[in-house]
Amino acid sequence: MEITERSAAHIARDVNGGTISAREVTDAVLAHIDAVDGDVGSYLTVLHEHARAAAARVDERVKAGEKLPLAGVPLAVKDNMCLTGTRTTAGSKILERWQAPYTATAVERMIEAGAIPVGKANMDEFAMGSSCENSALGVTKNPYDLSRVPGGSSGGSAAAVAAFEAAIGMGSDTGGSIREPGAFCNLVGFKPTYGRVSRYGLIAFASSLDQIGPLTRTVEDAAIAYEAMAGWDRMDSTSIKRYVEPVSRELRTDLRGLKIGIVKEFDTKALGAETHAVYEQAYRDLQALGAELVDVTLPTADYGLATYYLIAPAECSSNLARFDGVRYGLRVEGADVNEMYEKTRAAGFGPEVKRRILIGTYALSSGYYDAYYVRAQKARTLIADDFRKAFASCDLIAAPATSSPAFQFNAKSDPYSMYLMDYYTIPMSLAGLPALSVPCGWVTPPGGDCEMPMGLQLTSPLFTESLLLGAAHAYEQKTKHASKHKPLLGEVPVHRG
Amino acid sequence: MPTNRSIPTLSSEKIDVRYVAKLARIALTDDEVERFETQLGDLLEHVNALAKLDVSQVAATAQVVESRNVERDDEPTPCLDRETVLAQAPQRQGAFFRVPRIIAAD
Amino acid sequence: MSDTVSARAAGGTHEVGGGEAGPQRHSNWEAVIGIECHVELKTETKMFCGCRNEFGGEPNTKVCPVCLALPGALPVANHAAIEHMISAGLAFDAEIPAFSKFDRKNYFYPDMPKDYQISQYDMPLTVGGAVRYWLEDGTVKECRLTRIHLEEDTGKSTHAGSGDGRIAGSTYSLVDFNRAGVPLMECVSEPEIHSADEAVGYLEALRRTLQQIGVSDVKMEEGSLRCDANVSIRPAGSKELGTKTEIKNMNSFRSVYRAIESEIERQISLVEAGERIVQETRGWDEVRGVTHSMRSKEQAHDYRYFPDPDLVPLEVERVDVDRLRAELPELPIARFERYTKELGLDVKQATQLIDNLPLATYFDAVVKANNNPKQSTNFVLGDLSRLANETETPVHESPVTPQHVAELITLVEAKTINSKIAKDLVERMWRGEGSPKAIVEREGLAQTSDPTAIVAFIEEVLTANEKSVTDYKAGKTNVMGFLVGQVMKASKGKADPQLVNQLMKQKLES
Ligand SMILES: [Mg+2]
Ligand SMILES: [Zn+2]
Repeated sequence: MEITERSAAHIARDVNGGTISAREVTDAVLAHIDAVDGDVGSYLTVLHEHARAAAARVDERVKAGEKLPLAGVPLAVKDNMCLTGTRTTAGSKILERWQAPYTATAVERMIEAGAIPVGKANMDEFAMGSSCENSALGVTKNPYDLSRVPGGSSGGSAAAVAAFEAAIGMGSDTGGSIREPGAFCNLVGFKPTYGRVSRYGLIAFASSLDQIGPLTRTVEDAAIAYEAMAGWDRMDSTSIKRYVEPVSRELRTDLRGLKIGIVKEFDTKALGAETHAVYEQAYRDLQALGAELVDVTLPTADYGLATYYLIAPAECSSNLARFDGVRYGLRVEGADVNEMYEKTRAAGFGPEVKRRILIGTYALSSGYYDAYYVRAQKARTLIADDFRKAFASCDLIAAPATSSPAFQFNAKSDPYSMYLMDYYTIPMSLAGLPALSVPCGWVTPPGGDCEMPMGLQLTSPLFTESLLLGAAHAYEQKTKHASKHKPLLGEVPVHRG
Repeated sequence: MPTNRSIPTLSSEKIDVRYVAKLARIALTDDEVERFETQLGDLLEHVNALAKLDVSQVAATAQVVESRNVERDDEPTPCLDRETVLAQAPQRQGAFFRVPRIIAAD
Repeated sequence: MSDTVSARAAGGTHEVGGGEAGPQRHSNWEAVIGIECHVELKTETKMFCGCRNEFGGEPNTKVCPVCLALPGALPVANHAAIEHMISAGLAFDAEIPAFSKFDRKNYFYPDMPKDYQISQYDMPLTVGGAVRYWLEDGTVKECRLTRIHLEEDTGKSTHAGSGDGRIAGSTYSLVDFNRAGVPLMECVSEPEIHSADEAVGYLEALRRTLQQIGVSDVKMEEGSLRCDANVSIRPAGSKELGTKTEIKNMNSFRSVYRAIESEIERQISLVEAGERIVQETRGWDEVRGVTHSMRSKEQAHDYRYFPDPDLVPLEVERVDVDRLRAELPELPIARFERYTKELGLDVKQATQLIDNLPLATYFDAVVKANNNPKQSTNFVLGDLSRLANETETPVHESPVTPQHVAELITLVEAKTINSKIAKDLVERMWRGEGSPKAIVEREGLAQTSDPTAIVAFIEEVLTANEKSVTDYKAGKTNVMGFLVGQVMKASKGKADPQLVNQLMKQKLES
């Protein structure tokens, strides 16, 4: 097996065992990136030297006898996470040349565990988007069909892992930004419970929703990455002081004794026959693994989108105020400071970011605050309550990750149709629940000429990552959907379904 | 699937995009004002569906995972090196960040 | 709000009243004043990060990702600042609600790094309470507080290009973020102050209290206390509130006094001329001694407050409140009432002691040791304070202990020594000669009240001054003073002067 195609677990085992050095892995991955990233566009910055220096340090540590859970594992870091001395842009022109002078806690922990950051991955500007098309700095393509989007906002990290330009991608998920690109790129996309992973050093989109998590090619890799990055951080008041279970040692191979809820409101018939069939099969596979399927109801889940599109913009309108041309980043001069602000922010932010800042500013403004913002917070309470009630009768909930496979560039012209991409992932985000998408089959999209991956979304109660990853592992091991197709990059055209 | 859902709309006020953009310090062209007015209006129509929910007896959720009293001890930690800080300034003058004329405080 | 270096250039010290007394045609009008103070809390580190909270320093050296609002940085609340807030609330008898939280106040300003200020909106750490204060005539007054809440300070802008450092006419500004994120207490009073004197009395009490409970240095000249005043007038006896103006840029208590006087005067003149007061912000011009309009049209503020999602709510523990209450020292107003009512000090003496807490503590120790407040006041505020001034050594750091002073007073009370010896002893104690009792014993300085010994001195003096005796007998009785003085001198000051007088008289007239 090519070095680049090995799982993180595999690489770490080999590097710790001394059969290969971190430096060799890193060189192989960097060479592969140089060969394919021109086509895929996963990275905004490739960290050649940084990665080689990091690999040298890992090799020294291994030589000194340390066993590192991610020894030599190539890591794609979403470009909204700070890494000292690297350009960190959040996919925005306003930060196009900003060099981070500090490192995000989650990234730091991955490095401490032996991972090698090989590049800063493209993303929708400030994580606002579901296709990566909102990046102001680059285009990322889906490695399974270059005419299609990789999903977003963590599209660069997803494409990098799918195209073997990294073994683990770090993403951030606010309303589905890990799970959706995970589904589109044939990956495991895992969003832990809100507060499990420190947000310190993650450029904020919506503080009460943002959560860092891994994108990987296997559930086991997701578990190892999660163990490395999770845990309380004194620098993040909202990170949770709670024991992180060694999930990678508790991965199951069956679902006996588990009740899995199927959401009555998430009827997949309207998604088209082929997609509907994929999800029906997925539910049957869960049953075949020993799970008992039960019907559950999430009556307010349908309000998720409306709730989300008030809360997230409101928070972002305030979070993004700091990009003002005073201390760092882009500045467009003006006759006075207000003119400078207005011109800087007009030039620095793309249309989607402006839309969300405007709607959020409006939702918080005098006279509208109670009608919009407070009402959305109350709706959020109801949505979280729905999940609590549903979990009274089941251990996990299974649902679609997306309503369709990856779409083509420029397919979603009006903003709301793009927002709908997160219909199934947003309710879990609002409830703070751990959730992941795991490959569950392939469909040929209308007008497409090859099969594209689909993702099954599993979610479980707060802080039950162990249960969630365990179940996903059993499903992955039984179905092995991910291995059906492989992206063929370089001179060879992409696969045909 | 939500696309076929009929969403009741409330008679809502039109967003004063210029006022909101002023608050948010974003200069907009006339074209943008018009476009955002339509797009934000559309989004608000969807959002207005929330009016159907009875939330009179519901508490607001600011944070979904309950946590209280996260505080730090009053102990100093290292600061950033000044040159590192100022090297990124769009405009500096000596040890200071420089900004254009400030009109009145807001 | 953002402040400027120029706006708080070295503030003077406060002197109330005197030649400064404002026009006295206020009798038909009553001023209604509310005061809003911003007080920097005294902590080791800033409110939401570990940068040092210190005044001054090289620009932009006390900054980190958090207080510079770098992308991705997050706040974590400083526990000490929260305790300081509770202590302040308790000192002013405020309610400490069980639940509190932080909110964001959104507005753009170049010295505010996040372009929002973390503050408290609807659930401040303390609610209500009152500041009790006294005026120069000893009247004790009370002004209720609306709330005290916790927030973070901004950086500092220096305005350049206008020649005078003022924002008006400046062409650019320079920003230093060292102060950004320093914990700041905002203390809002009810509009229950009715004169410039009361305003200063209120501020003095606030300053003393916060300083003595150890939560702030409260130095107006370093900007750790800043205040704005809302001023309106109404016909005397009316209950309705008039249109108010907000006065800013007052750099010292003296400026506060002058600004309020001037603004009341301006408003009375306007109304008496049949004009209307415009609700606006006015700046105090220290040089010209007038307030001037700062904004032609009042901008609508839309701060878009909402709970800060980066911080979690605060549940104030009752045990902490109880502990902090127990840790409070005697408060200035309590001390004032004790000194004036129980110990009989006058307002000036009481104030002098309260404004010098180590001296007050010293004084209390003296009183405790001898239970003679009058003599204690005389020695502590008299001879000892004079020596402290002359030698630039605080009384409590001098070699004279409160026990020494108490001992001295006992010696005077028992007439063991007279007041002249006492004065002499204070000087010697100050030089480090130790216990007055020991000195007196060692050097036999005890007052001589033995008539035989005194008569011996008198006879000696009379023999040596025959002419004076003759003069006395001829009716020049004023030579008596000279003769007594000679006896005192002969006794090395130890003779009981009263007894000398009495025996001398007997001798001369016998
Ligand atoms: Mg304030
Ligand atoms: Zn700091």
